[in-house]
Amino acid sequence: MFKGSNSHLWDDVSVGEIIIKMKGIVKKFPGVVANNHIDFEVRAGEIHALLGENGAGKTTLMNILYGIYRPDEGEIYVRGKRVKIKSPRDAISLGIGMVHQHFMLIQTHTVAENIALSLHTKFFLPTREVEKKIADLSNKYGLKIDPRARIWQLSTGEKQRVEILKALCMGAHVLILDEPTTVLTPEEVKELFKVLKCMVKEGKSVIFVTHKLDEAISISNRITVLRQGKVIATISANEANKRKLAKMMVGREVLFQIKKEENSSEVGSIILKVENLYALNDMGLPAVKGVSFDIREGEILGIAGVAGNGQKELIEVITGLRKASSGKVIIFGKDVTNKSPKEIDELGVAHIPEERVGVGIAPNMSVTENLILKCYRRPPFSKGPFLNKRYIDEYAEKLISEYKIATPSKSTPVKMLSGGNIQRLILAREMSRNPKLIIAAHPTYGLDIGATEQIRRLLLEHRSKGAAILLVSEDLEEVMTLSDRIAVMFQGKIIGPIPTSTVKIEDIGLMMAGETVVLQQR
Amino acid sequence: MKIKLEKRSPGTITTLYITFLSIILALGVSALIFESQGVNPLIAYKEIFVGAFGSVYGFSETVVKAIPLILCGVGLSIAFRAKIWNIGAEGQLLMGAVAATWIALNNNIPPNLKISLMFIVGFMCGAIWALIPGFLRAKLNANEVITTLMMNYIAMELVKYLVVGPWKGAGEWGFPQTSIFPKSAWIPTIAKTRIHYLTLIIAFSSTIFTYILFVRTKVGYEIKVVGDNPEAARYAGISHFKIVMLVMLLSGGLAGIAGVGEVAGIHHRLRPPEGISAGYGYTAIIVSWLGKLNPLGVIVASILFGGLLVGGDAIQVSLGLPSAVINIFNGAILTLILIGEYLANYKIKFEFRGG
Repeated sequence: MFKGSNSHLWDDVSVGEIIIKMKGIVKKFPGVVANNHIDFEVRAGEIHALLGENGAGKTTLMNILYGIYRPDEGEIYVRGKRVKIKSPRDAISLGIGMVHQHFMLIQTHTVAENIALSLHTKFFLPTREVEKKIADLSNKYGLKIDPRARIWQLSTGEKQRVEILKALCMGAHVLILDEPTTVLTPEEVKELFKVLKCMVKEGKSVIFVTHKLDEAISISNRITVLRQGKVIATISANEANKRKLAKMMVGREVLFQIKKEENSSEVGSIILKVENLYALNDMGLPAVKGVSFDIREGEILGIAGVAGNGQKELIEVITGLRKASSGKVIIFGKDVTNKSPKEIDELGVAHIPEERVGVGIAPNMSVTENLILKCYRRPPFSKGPFLNKRYIDEYAEKLISEYKIATPSKSTPVKMLSGGNIQRLILAREMSRNPKLIIAAHPTYGLDIGATEQIRRLLLEHRSKGAAILLVSEDLEEVMTLSDRIAVMFQGKIIGPIPTSTVKIEDIGLMMAGETVVLQQR
Repeated sequence: MKIKLEKRSPGTITTLYITFLSIILALGVSALIFESQGVNPLIAYKEIFVGAFGSVYGFSETVVKAIPLILCGVGLSIAFRAKIWNIGAEGQLLMGAVAATWIALNNNIPPNLKISLMFIVGFMCGAIWALIPGFLRAKLNANEVITTLMMNYIAMELVKYLVVGPWKGAGEWGFPQTSIFPKSAWIPTIAKTRIHYLTLIIAFSSTIFTYILFVRTKVGYEIKVVGDNPEAARYAGISHFKIVMLVMLLSGGLAGIAGVGEVAGIHHRLRPPEGISAGYGYTAIIVSWLGKLNPLGVIVASILFGGLLVGGDAIQVSLGLPSAVINIFNGAILTLILIGEYLANYKIKFEFRGG
């Protein structure tokens, strides 16, 4: 029923024709209107960027188009025909495909098997046919991939290509990409853009969901900006510039370059010293292979690198969450190698973890309870075995207003908050203790401009107060803007660190992808 | 037709409403069982109610049965809050009973110390019985559901061995039981009832203690964090080992005290396991869920289930029904509460589509 029934729907499409039209879409969730009478259209042969901050309603709108959510109001037309999309299966049969932020692939299967599985046409997997089809599509769009490779052998960029191929094999004419570049290296982004341009040349359409202004401008033909569930405007990419788009997105002027005060000439004392550190990952394989560096008072050391190159393990060893197999971690001149997280925490080390929900919070507990996660042991939060409820409540109220955590109340379970507010909560908790050493892992990952700005400012503020900061991020621009010195982590080893002022962003990008670049020290 | 589930977070009223509904539905399911046995369910329910709450004697018996349920149920609510699934309260209770018997029949212990020592050693033995699987869980990640359950069987076999072997009482006409305890090892009862009030006082105190533990203390907070997100707990420097051992210690210890109460307050001798505990350790699992892991809720649920046990005995006599009927009723309640909890968290939508 789902396959073939709409096979004539996409006959003779002419470039520029409006093929998808969403009209007056309304979707409400408890407490928020995620989509408020949204009109959105896609033409054949265009890349249409859907731009907006987190929580603006981009993903909700796309989930409606892909049949994951049902709209409360509004109509959807595909090639002028009104349709009801009740499930992703309906969407696929209408020629709409989606690549999610998190890939849905079976690690131990081959590329061809994964794709064949999603076609579910016959009892036996048509692997051979699929391999042929993959080869055809690969040539056509420049999606280089070995159909017989197993998923776990692939890089993130390659996995994404598999997802795109999967959608194309299922007959997608319109491809929705949800924040596709967050997981890619700069090189991989270029590759992806080439593929997308090739696809639209063939008459397909791409909806490119993003919160990154540069990308929206460089890849798309038209840009639709969403803010707080409403469409602000749809403009042609030629007329757009960063400042204008940012203003539409945030609703006010945004400063792009955060002014960073230069360090005073005399350098502070060493706060964190890592010496020839080795550690294993969860699978028992070497993940950190002989890493050494130090960070001084009032300094930000940025570690750039694509996720999965040992950064997570490195941070876990420093904060006591993982055992080092050899080497040393010295904080404030004290050897803390393989000490417990509690002992390290008590030295005044703040840790903004990579996995906010998985590690940083207890999701079913209240905002208040989560705010005291690191300090409940100490007076005045507790006296002897008892918690000081009154003080804790006042403290929570103070932090909620100071860090602008948007929450219905201080007793709301944290899982009800948005990603940005969860991160604000974690920062409030970690930074309010005036830490001398801050370990920040991907602090602005997936956050909107407003929150990102707030968090970056906060880090710089603490830097001028004399804190030593270890910043691990995939966002090159962030690492370049914030850090005094920069290092790249690749396959468990560290290259650098060197002063940020002496490197080019392109070189760092290449190093993240494993290219050897001769770094020229001043 | 398609069935869809949508997440939601229920308020207190919805939760109470759904719990209430679960009980009503369980009554409905059990009514079918009564019908199949040729008994009018309304009469059966009346008999159960009157038997359990209709007379001073009936009510006092309900309280007697509620005592071990409160102790085990409150203990389990501590472990369950940390998401440590201790289902070994039955074995921990039996070990408490064994400890009490050992103290009671030991002639070297001064008589006036016996009762307090029984409670202390009973707590310790129940706790040790729970700490073994606790240690295996915390250090080796051995599934505590399996290990605590297996520990129950070991405890049961141990009790059987003791009452037919080394501790078998002389002059008991060959019955598998120990000699009767000396009077100094009898927990005093309220006049004309079997309510061994010292145990009842301990049960109430442990409830209040647990309530304060949950809402006022650092440790209660830590237990909650470990239960909600063990990774976050580790990140916050909360020792997983400490919390697992602590909740096992408390839940096992309280179950041990329940065992002391049964042998020293009621039977005054050690008997085969089924003679000491009417499955209190297992029923306590239901009790602690029905009480929503809230110590005060556990008291209410314990009295309800104590009443069911007494009422169940009553209908066996008056209506000639097998006692298994009550077990079916208990099972129906637990199943329906678990379903109810699921329904409280998810909204079910039916979608009909044409063509």
